[in-house]
Amino acid sequence: MNLNTSILKYIEDVKSGTFTVEEFAAETLQRIKDVDSDVHAYLSLNDSALNDAKLIDQKISSGDKIGQCYGFPISIKDNICITGTKTTCASKILENFIAPYTATVINRLQDEDAVITGKTNLDEFAMGLTTEFSAFGPTKNPWNLDYVPGGSSGGSAASVAANECLASLGSDTGGSVRNPASFCSVVGLKPTYGLISRYGLISYANSIEQIGPMTKTVKDSAFLLNIIAGQDANDDTTINNDNVNYLENIEDGIEGKKIGIIKEMTTSEGLSSEVSIATKDAIGDFESLGASCEEVTLPTIPYTVAAYYTITSTEAGSNLARYDNIRYGYELESEGYEYNSYISKSRAKFGPEVTRRIILGGFVPSAGHAGKYFLKALKVKSKLISEINKAFEKFDYLISPTAPVQPFKFGEKIDDPVTLMLLDYNTVTANLTGKPAISVPYRVINGLPIGMQIMANSLNEKSLFQSAYALESKTNLPEVPL
Amino acid sequence: MTKIGLEIHCQLTKLESKLFCSCKANYREFEANHNICPVCMGLPGSLPRLNQKAVESATSIALALTCDTPEKIAFFRKNYFYPDLPKNFQITQLNVYGDMSVGGEGYVSVEDKKIKIRRIQLEEDPGRIIYEGASERTKITLVDYNRAGTPLVEIVTDPDFESPRQVRVFLNILSDLLENLGVAEPGLEGAMRADGNVSIEGGNKVEIKNIGSFHDLEKALHFEITRQQSLFERDIEIAQETRHWDDRRKITVSSRSKEEDQDYRYFLENDIPWVTIDQSTRDRLKENMPESISSKKERYIQKFDIAPQVADIIASDRYYSKLFENAYSDHNAKDIANLITTDVIGFIDTKEKQQNSKITSRHLSDLVDAINSKTITRNSAKVALQEIMKSGKDTKEVLDEMDLGQVSDSSEIDTIISQIFEEEKQAVIDAKERPETVNFLVGKVMQKTKGKADPVKTLELIKSKLNQ
Repeated sequence: MNLNTSILKYIEDVKSGTFTVEEFAAETLQRIKDVDSDVHAYLSLNDSALNDAKLIDQKISSGDKIGQCYGFPISIKDNICITGTKTTCASKILENFIAPYTATVINRLQDEDAVITGKTNLDEFAMGLTTEFSAFGPTKNPWNLDYVPGGSSGGSAASVAANECLASLGSDTGGSVRNPASFCSVVGLKPTYGLISRYGLISYANSIEQIGPMTKTVKDSAFLLNIIAGQDANDDTTINNDNVNYLENIEDGIEGKKIGIIKEMTTSEGLSSEVSIATKDAIGDFESLGASCEEVTLPTIPYTVAAYYTITSTEAGSNLARYDNIRYGYELESEGYEYNSYISKSRAKFGPEVTRRIILGGFVPSAGHAGKYFLKALKVKSKLISEINKAFEKFDYLISPTAPVQPFKFGEKIDDPVTLMLLDYNTVTANLTGKPAISVPYRVINGLPIGMQIMANSLNEKSLFQSAYALESKTNLPEVPL
Repeated sequence: MTKIGLEIHCQLTKLESKLFCSCKANYREFEANHNICPVCMGLPGSLPRLNQKAVESATSIALALTCDTPEKIAFFRKNYFYPDLPKNFQITQLNVYGDMSVGGEGYVSVEDKKIKIRRIQLEEDPGRIIYEGASERTKITLVDYNRAGTPLVEIVTDPDFESPRQVRVFLNILSDLLENLGVAEPGLEGAMRADGNVSIEGGNKVEIKNIGSFHDLEKALHFEITRQQSLFERDIEIAQETRHWDDRRKITVSSRSKEEDQDYRYFLENDIPWVTIDQSTRDRLKENMPESISSKKERYIQKFDIAPQVADIIASDRYYSKLFENAYSDHNAKDIANLITTDVIGFIDTKEKQQNSKITSRHLSDLVDAINSKTITRNSAKVALQEIMKSGKDTKEVLDEMDLGQVSDSSEIDTIISQIFEEEKQAVIDAKERPETVNFLVGKVMQKTKGKADPVKTLELIKSKLNQ
């Protein structure tokens, strides 16, 4: 049985009786057993996965109504809540937190008969770009175990790349879906802000983050978005997408489309030569597909990373304030402490990156400093939005490499927070502007993947998938060597 | 000159659910921590869902206080750590970056003075902290989150009050207004709270917090004014600070915490999109707004010639005004109003009694008609009222059962008068010499008839018998 298959192919095979849901699930669980001690994509497994698969087989054989997913195995980033299961955010502070409710995206997947394999690793509270900030140890890149898988949804990306599931849900605050997708050679989508309900996603920077599908193919990404997108009464920020079918006309191509090559993202100092060459190839491919490419400049981009960290730290400082270990959390004897000393003691469990951002978040919006930092960052955000809206008047898509570099070795950049932050240079624009962006696996050079990023205007996911599918069809990538 | 400003918090208890979830706004009937959910507990991953009805109630308040109401409102996070705050931030409103709260720039007339309403904002109430044993050195602090997320309106006035008495009058007017609007029940324990700030001529502003009741607020303001005046007289600077009302010692105490220096790091609550309150919504709210107390009062005076004090009492109270409005017809409105203010109020003077009373508007009409047609005396009406409140029985039935029909038959009254003249010989002599003492004899007749004799006729008959 080939575990390296797409969701759509899997569904065909289950329908035609090539294998049962249970057989595929059992094989997937075996694969997890075989490789995850090396990869460490998962933080916890769903004990009832096999049983869930069996029940779906029974539904199929008894001719009951069956959901669109036909029991394909999907992993979930461990910052999305599922009733009765641990949701740790890869943090010691939530080590024993068992969610008493289920996220909307999970309900929608389960209603359509998806089988959840388990919860995947991440940088603590989704703050990081390598999973090295997970309190439970890093995830390895399946392409080369000495290398980082990207982050923060590194566990999700690795689980898909290592065939430990067919797809995963990650979350993207500044590139946390697209960056690991690029590093692990999977498709990662950050949809328009508000397209997917965040109910049940543990907030880091709630004004800009979205849940996003991570899949082996562009079509699978569109398939998953069909299931999880749309308005939700539990999230006031969700928008009506009129039940668009993202798979429909996905093969229509991009003949005659206009593509803007973002100058700031393709000529930046940090860009590696491999990534630069790959980008030029991608531009050639887009042109050969009938699109016209032209350089475009968004002058505010050099300020976006600073603005991004200012805004996200402010929101993180507030969103993470609730972890005072009073209503839930971990065992901590309160005897001998008064309120202030107790919460400072309990909050000492946060890891270094989270602590850094909480401290920043206490400073940049504070009285006397807000004008210099937080309010200025909001100005950058609104300036960037008007620049990108102007660009989309002319262009259908804006492209760049997803990350300026290829995956790097563990420990290489972890002690240099500022260099790490620059990895976000190409991805934060989509978050700050709320626009959809997708990372498409494009090259594997020296055994390490490179992804290309395509951005489209708000709610133009359908068109975005058409371009991503077209680019994907130009690639011929090797199988993961694991 | 003394300047006092107020910050009033009023729960919107008439709403079905909390501000951001479907837990009950009326948390009082629940066992501790039994009116909570992932949203009001701020569990990781939960999101607030704005209760649109709360926005409408708050807007109604703003409109009733003649405030400007912006087209679009926004919510902000006020960040601070406190055990009663599940998220360690409170979702509230802020007008620093433009007018984004439900209302501002309104006023309330208090005895010919306009008290300016600076702003009105909608926010969530925190939970409740209970210090077990309530001693200062108590070891255990309990938190009940049933209240967390209850819709709360904060009303901030300019420092326009000149005396604690004016504050009291204002708060009475305001709480009547909120109750009349049908959005709040200020009488409920803890449903309406007020903090004050005080400054005297040339001195800094001092805020007073932790005030349990309006009664204590008045005391706290009095204490604070006296304290500041005595400092001023001794040339000691009045520090700008926050002071807490010490309920036990009845004084204000400087709060050593750096509350006034606290930086709340306000920023937009992005989980709640901006809310548009368009003109048609405002028009609808205005249209559906109950008649204001002042216009009601004016109408009672103009149309029914009711005395201003009587009209004021009835118009200010939802319960009495409802009783009155449903009972009156043009010919007996004034009498019904008087019956309410002289007798009904004496019996039904608390919210609890209002709830338990079985009296209806129909009863009042019937009683007034019975008095006017001289079927019963006013005294008997009072006796009947008590019974009606308890049983809710039909007026006629009560009058019959209690044998309260008026005795207006002259010969019957005459017989009783003759008896009294026999028994009270001295009083008869007195009455002949000093006619003003005749009331003693009238009283005796009323006593004997249990108040049923027609007092006018009785007096007439006694006078004629004295002259015989």
